[in-house]
This record gives sequence, structure tokens and C-alpha cells, in this order.
Amino acid sequence: MTTLLSVVNLSKRFGGLQAVNEVSFTVTAGSIKALIGPNGAGKTTLFNLISGVISPDSGVINFSDHQVQGLRPHQVASKGMARTFQHIRLFPKMSVLENIMIGRHIHSRAGFVAGMLSIPHTWSEEKKIREKAHEIMAFLDLESLADVEATSLSYGQQRNVELGRALACEPKLLLLDEPAAGLNMSETTELGALISRIRDTGITVLIVEHDMGLVMDISDEILVLSYGKKIADDVPLAVQSNSEVINVYLGEDDA
Amino acid sequence: MELLLQYIVAGVTYGTIYAIVAIGFNIIYNTTGIINFAQGEFVMLGGMTAFTLKEYMPLPLAILSAVVITMIFGALIEIVFIRWLHKPSVLRMIIITIGLSILIRETALHIWGEGVTALPYFTGTSVTSVNLGGVFISPQVFWAVGISSIMVILLGIFFNFTLLGKQMRACSANREAARLCGISTQNMVTFSFMLSAAIGALGGCIVSPITYVQYDSGSQLAIKGFTVAILGGLGNSTAAVAAAMILGILESFSIWALPAAYKDVVSIAIMLIILFVKPSGLFGNAAAARLKEY
Amino acid sequence: MSSKFLQIFGFAVAIIAIQIFTQITDSAFHLTQLTMTAYYSLLVIGLCMLIGYAGQISLGHAGFFAIGGYISAFLTTHNLTAMKGKPFIALCSKFGLLVGRKDLYGGDLLVFHPWAACIIAVCTVLIVAYVIGGPVLKLKGHYLAMATLGFGIIIYRIVLGTSGLGAADGISGVPGFTLLPGVTISGSGSGKILNYYVAWGILITGMTLLLNLISSRVGRALSAIHGAEDAAEAMGIPTANYKLKVFVLSAGFAAVAGILLTHYNGSIGPSEASVMKSVRYVAIVAIGGMTSIWGAVSMSLILNYFSLRGSFGTYDDAVFGVILILIMLFAPDGLIRAQVLVDLKSFFKRITSKEAAL
Ligand SMILES: Nc1ncnc2c1ncn2[C@@H]1O[C@H](COP(=O)(O)OP(=O)(O)OP(=O)(O)O)[C@@H](O)[C@H]1O
Ligand SMILES: [Mg+2]
Repeated sequence: MTTLLSVVNLSKRFGGLQAVNEVSFTVTAGSIKALIGPNGAGKTTLFNLISGVISPDSGVINFSDHQVQGLRPHQVASKGMARTFQHIRLFPKMSVLENIMIGRHIHSRAGFVAGMLSIPHTWSEEKKIREKAHEIMAFLDLESLADVEATSLSYGQQRNVELGRALACEPKLLLLDEPAAGLNMSETTELGALISRIRDTGITVLIVEHDMGLVMDISDEILVLSYGKKIADDVPLAVQSNSEVINVYLGEDDA
Repeated sequence: MELLLQYIVAGVTYGTIYAIVAIGFNIIYNTTGIINFAQGEFVMLGGMTAFTLKEYMPLPLAILSAVVITMIFGALIEIVFIRWLHKPSVLRMIIITIGLSILIRETALHIWGEGVTALPYFTGTSVTSVNLGGVFISPQVFWAVGISSIMVILLGIFFNFTLLGKQMRACSANREAARLCGISTQNMVTFSFMLSAAIGALGGCIVSPITYVQYDSGSQLAIKGFTVAILGGLGNSTAAVAAAMILGILESFSIWALPAAYKDVVSIAIMLIILFVKPSGLFGNAAAARLKEY
Repeated sequence: MSSKFLQIFGFAVAIIAIQIFTQITDSAFHLTQLTMTAYYSLLVIGLCMLIGYAGQISLGHAGFFAIGGYISAFLTTHNLTAMKGKPFIALCSKFGLLVGRKDLYGGDLLVFHPWAACIIAVCTVLIVAYVIGGPVLKLKGHYLAMATLGFGIIIYRIVLGTSGLGAADGISGVPGFTLLPGVTISGSGSGKILNYYVAWGILITGMTLLLNLISSRVGRALSAIHGAEDAAEAMGIPTANYKLKVFVLSAGFAAVAGILLTHYNGSIGPSEASVMKSVRYVAIVAIGGMTSIWGAVSMSLILNYFSLRGSFGTYDDAVFGVILILIMLFAPDGLIRAQVLVDLKSFFKRITSKEAAL
């Protein structure tokens, strides 16, 4: 039971809004942890802090034995963290295959000079990138779409491509921001199974999700945020019966 | 001491014209998010048109006609080239307005030739001067500063107290919301082009006697105007006026330290430094600026 | 992969065919403009890489061209005879960086060897690009355009206002550049055909390098940056670093173009640094379709050639302005897209509905 990610007293303020307030938690290697909370609770902001998109006002983020707070996103990514976005961010004008090949960036080397001279080493590297990308597409059932422009796909397929791109990084930790948004029931069930399979390959998952069924199904632990504050962090059953959590969610229903 | 003041007066004179170009930039930027690279050409057109018209009519009428003509021209530019584009990218707008500036400049070259033109001094001649405590100031400087000040005040009244002005401001604050409130944002954009063309043209007429105008004066002025707009914080016209005075005076003093040929180098270097260090401008709000993309 | 080399091969054949054609039709005088076109194209493909593939506009590339050209012109013409005794000059001399030759009137000249000058010029440009690229590329949109434009104007003002660089006259009397024994870049003398092939050979080499780069891991990363910068960062691509490298690379292409063209022309003047030049280069890239090295080269070939031959007369700049506007209005992604028709239709619909309303 080693800890892959530990966040200590993390805070972020936007002008007058305390978006993340002294949040601390850990993610155990090999587990699925869910992050839930009402709209505007600061979930995406927390993801952005962890992945380096924004830097925290205070607090420490420890990821696989590196302090990563304040690093640029690409530096965090190269340490083994990959993410998807709440609003899908695929690369336009690039095929599904190319989108996923981008995910191999941190596992390949060829730089500007090697690229311009097209030395044999880059060929074999290219071949490996391609093979791995096909492997991922097979895993996600995307093979038939390989040469289609990614942004022309349906919403659900785009989500899959984005997931594939993140998987191509072979991350230690995968951050998923509302992957079930916009999916129907059966698609959501499939996604749940897929996420469990991903965990079984040894990838730790931290997932933001509003779909309670999915969250209860797959997660080992659940972290609850409200107005930037942590209000619960426990196994699903305990969180389900936590009075503060019930309050927050019932309160939302009243509104 | 007198020399010092003389430099300041020269600086203020140039500052006035920079401020006018910068305000023109800001008006269009505020309603559209576009930097109109052809802004300097409006100034040039105003000066040149008035020069031609004054052969046929008294000077004030010539200036008025030149302003109106340029204003109509500004509207045409917007209607023909910009209005029908659907969500154009910034790169596309930059290139289109650069293309327009080239086209206007080249057309001006073929109409008026390469020569410099100058309107006559509004009062007195080029050698008339007012002695103000040992400093000799051309009356045209008073005209320039005076008319510009009135213009800034009128603009303030326009944007704050008239319906059209308020609508244009609403459009700049939030285009979508303004549209939902029933404001024709497209017409606002056309108005903003007309307004900034008119202001530019008037500026061209005022400074023409002092600085002369020729077919390629526009691009020079555009870069200075932009420097000032940046210095004041893009979109903020009051700050632009202050920034324009600072730049004009700095430039005027730079002649002490550097050969005159490098005058432009100084102001552009200032622009680069501001862009690198504080793109929200000298008077910009750094906290608000962090949420913005530069 | 192989199609890329087929295209390049086809292009090389076309270059040879053009030369043979001018030979047969006894119009070898065209080769001069075609050679100059090749050097300008070298700058254009570098800029295409920057604008089209990295998504960063530059309105200051004529500045890099001019820095390269001016430094090599200055170093290969500035007489150091009087400074022979200075330790630095002596050191340069010892390392064989200097050459002596006679000027027109038989006086002794001691100047930098073109190779030494070339290397100094290229390195200077790379350093300048690196230093200003850092802060400049943090900017976006209008700010980026204005910053690069500002850089271009500064360079223009400096070369125009510095008497040591010939002020408005520029620098002339630049010697030929002997790349290899028997291969001299020079516009005077008999090597017209040789120079034509050298220029296009260098351009094709440059294109090959860039085409390789585009189809490599780096090229893919660049289009990712262009498409969605935040997502590219999240995938581990150091976006700022890549943009800077492309900027420096494209400045390097501009510098080499400036250096070689200066030796070919035997002179360089301030107009090479003017904003209008920078705008032209951007225009050519835009007309070529932004993301197409081939489009950029073909447009550069056509426009630069006719412009250099003076076909547009006094409307030279105006032609570029008109083309620029038309392309950006109706075909912002280049000429060969379906969207062109849609845009044209909406334009005419507008015009006709306006008329109906009147
Ligand atoms: N860059 C920013 N600047 C200013 N405020 C921000 C910024 N990003 C987020 N916020 C604010 O911080 C708060 C938390 O936002 P966040 O996106 O993290 O919520 P969330 O929990 O992901 O909500 P949702 O479930 O709707 O995705 C919101 O009030 C949001 O408006
Ligand atoms: Mg969110």
C-alpha cells in the first residue's frame, strides 16, 4: 500500500473566491479514487493544480517521490501523470491515430536535429510509437477509426480518443475529469468496466464524476469537496452515510 | 530651463497625435477585439483629403468634409471586409487589416503621389509663435491640444451619457449579452469603425501643418499609436492619453542622448519592454490582467 | 515517406527543366531573378514552419534576414588594414579568419573571410532570435504580431540610421562567397547557371530538412501545440521550448537567406529590412495555405519572380495587399479548400441582399 500522490494543505484563490481551501488527501497506488462535489466545488481547479496548469498559493503536492507543485504541466506529465479534460481537448486536423501518437511523446526522444535529418533511429522510434498507438486503439475498440479526423467523431468516441491519448502516456496516475458526462446509461456502465480494467493494468485513477452510480461502483475511496473545502474522504459506504455529505447534496436538491 | 520646456512642448504636440491614433485603436478594439492595423491610414486619409479639398472651399469646411468622407470610408471598410466574416481568427483579422493598410497606402500613393502635404496653420503662419514665459509655442500647438482635449471630453460624454455610446460600451463588455438585450452588435461595430475613422481623420488635419502628411505617414503613426495604447493598457483611452504624453516627451528628450534617426527605436523598444514585462499596460490592473490572455 | 522524396525529386526535375528551357529559348537572363527567388524562398519556408506549423505569426522576419545579410556584408567589406596591430585582429588573422584582397583601385583590403563572416552572422541571428524569442513568444495574437513588427521596425531603423552600415545606401561591393573550391556565390561573372543550381540546391536541402521535421515526432508535437496548446502541455510537450526552437530555426533560415542573397547581389540595402518585406513573406505563406511548405514555395516562386522582374510595376506592393486581403477573406486556409466556396457564396449573398435593400 504505497502512496502515489499526496496533497497537503493545498490552497488556491481566484480574486475573492477561495476555490481550493487547505485540501489534503492521498491516493494509494493501484486504487481508484473519486473526487465528487457540487458544481463549482473546485474539483477541476484541484485537477489543474495537481497537473500543473495553475500553481497553488500554498501547499505541497507529492507525486511518486517528487514535489510537483509549481512545475509546468509538461514536467508533471513527464513524471507519469496524464489527464483528460472536462471539455474535450482533442487536436483538430489530426487523425485519431495521430492524436494517440501524441500520447507517446514523453516516451520517445527524437528532437529537432534528429527529426530534420531523419536518421534511422527516428524511423524505428516512429515505428514503435505507431505500434503502441495501435495497441491502445485495439484496447479501446478504436481501430476502425484510426484515420478519421478526431474532432469529427461523435461525442462519446471523442471521449474515448482522449482517454486513449492519456493511456498512451502509460501514466502512473490517470486524472479523469467527468468522463461520463454526456454518456447514456449503458455507455456509462461500459465506461465503469473500462476504468476498472485500466486500474487492473496497474494504473492508479483519480476521477471527478457526478454520476453517483458509477462512482459508488468503481471507486475504492471517495473524496468530497464543497466550496473548496474537503468535507469527507473515506470508503464509498462511509461517505454515503456521512451526514455532512448528505446535507451538501440534499441542499443542492432543494435549490 | 527654456530649452527643457521647449522639449516638453514638442513632446506634448507629438503626444497629442499619438493619443488620437491610440483612441482610434481602442474604440475598435473595445467593440470587436480587433486591432485595426489600418488605423494610421485613417489619419493619413484625413490629412490628405482635407489638403485636396481646401483648394475648393474654406479650410474649416474642407476639414469637416474630410472627416465625413473618411468616416464614410471607415464604414465601407467594415461593411465590405469585416462584417460578414463569421468568427474570424485573430491571425486572419491581423492579416486582413494589414492588407487594407497596404491597399489604402498604395492607393493614396497613386492619387496624391509621394510628396508631403501640409494644411495651412489654422491661425497665423509657420513662423508665428506665442511667447509663454520665454518658451515659443506655435499657435497650432494650442489648436492641436485644444481640439484633442475637447474630443476626449466629447468622447467621454458620448460613451457615458448617450444611448448609442452606452450600447457600444455594453457591446465591449460582453458582446453576447449585448446582443441578447437587442443591441445590434454588428451596427455597433460599424459605428466604431466610423467613429475611429473620423477621429483619426480629424487628428490628421490638426497635425498636418506641424508634422506634414504623406501617403506613407500612416504606418508610422499606427505603431506609435499602438505603443501608446499598450502603454496605457489596451482599451483604456484615458490612460492612453496620459501614456501618449509620456511617450511624446520621452521621445522628444531621447534626441539629447541619441541621434534623431533612432527616435523610433526608443519608442518601439519601450513598447517591447512593456509587452514583455507588463502587457496590461502601465496603469493596468495586474490581478485582472492575469485572467486575460496576451 | 517515399512520396515525400518523390515530390522532392519531381521538384528537382522541374528546376532542371526550367534551366534547360531558358537555355533553349536563349533567355538565361531569367536565371538571375530565379536565383534570387530561391533565396527568398528559403526564408519563406522557415517562416511557413513558424506560422503554419507552430501557429506563431512573425511580422519581423525581414529583420533576421537583414541582420544576417548586413553582418556578412559588413565583415566582408570593412577594411581592417589599419587595425592590423590590434591583438584581436591579429588573433583572427592567425586563425585564418581574415583574407586580403585588392579593392577596385588596387588598394589593400583586409577583411573577414566569407565563411567566417557567414558563421558569425548566423550565430548572431540565432542568439538574437533566442533572446527575443523567449519573451516575445509568451505573447499571443495581436500582441505577438505587434511585438515582432516592433522588432522588425527597430532593425530597419537601425540599419537606416547607422552610417557605418551605409545608412540609406546600404553596403555594396560585397565579394562572392566561395562555398567550395570552384563554387562561388556571386551574381557577377560567368557562373549564372552554377549559381542557379546552387541556390535551388540549397533551397531543396532546406525543404527536405523541414519536410522531414514536419513528419517527425517534433512535427506532430508542433501541430498539437497549434491545435490545443493546453492539451499538448498535458501530454508532456514542452510547448514554450518547442515554439522557441521553431522561432530560432526560422530565424536561422532567414539569416542564411540574407547572407547568401547579399553575396549573390553583391550588396544589401535597408529596404531588405522594411516592414513591407516582412509582410510580403507572411503574405506568401498565407497564400500558400499556411500549413504547406509546397504551397509556400510555389507561391514564393511565382510572386517573387514576377515581383523581381518588375511585372507589377508601381503596383508591386498593392498587388501583395490585394492578394493578401482576397486570400484571407475567402480562403484563410489557402486556396484549395471547400470552405472557399461557402465564404464566397455568403459574401455575394451579402452584397446582393444589400442591393435589394437599397
Ligand atoms: N481561472 C479561473 N479564474 C477565476 N475563477 C475560476 C477559475 N477557474 C475556476 N474558477 C472558479 O472556481 C470555482 C471552482 O471551479 P471548478 O471549475 O474547479 O469547479 P468544479 O468543481 O470543477 O465544478 P463543475 O462540477 O461545474 O465542473 C468556480 O466558482 C469557478 O468559477
Ligand atoms: Mg469541473
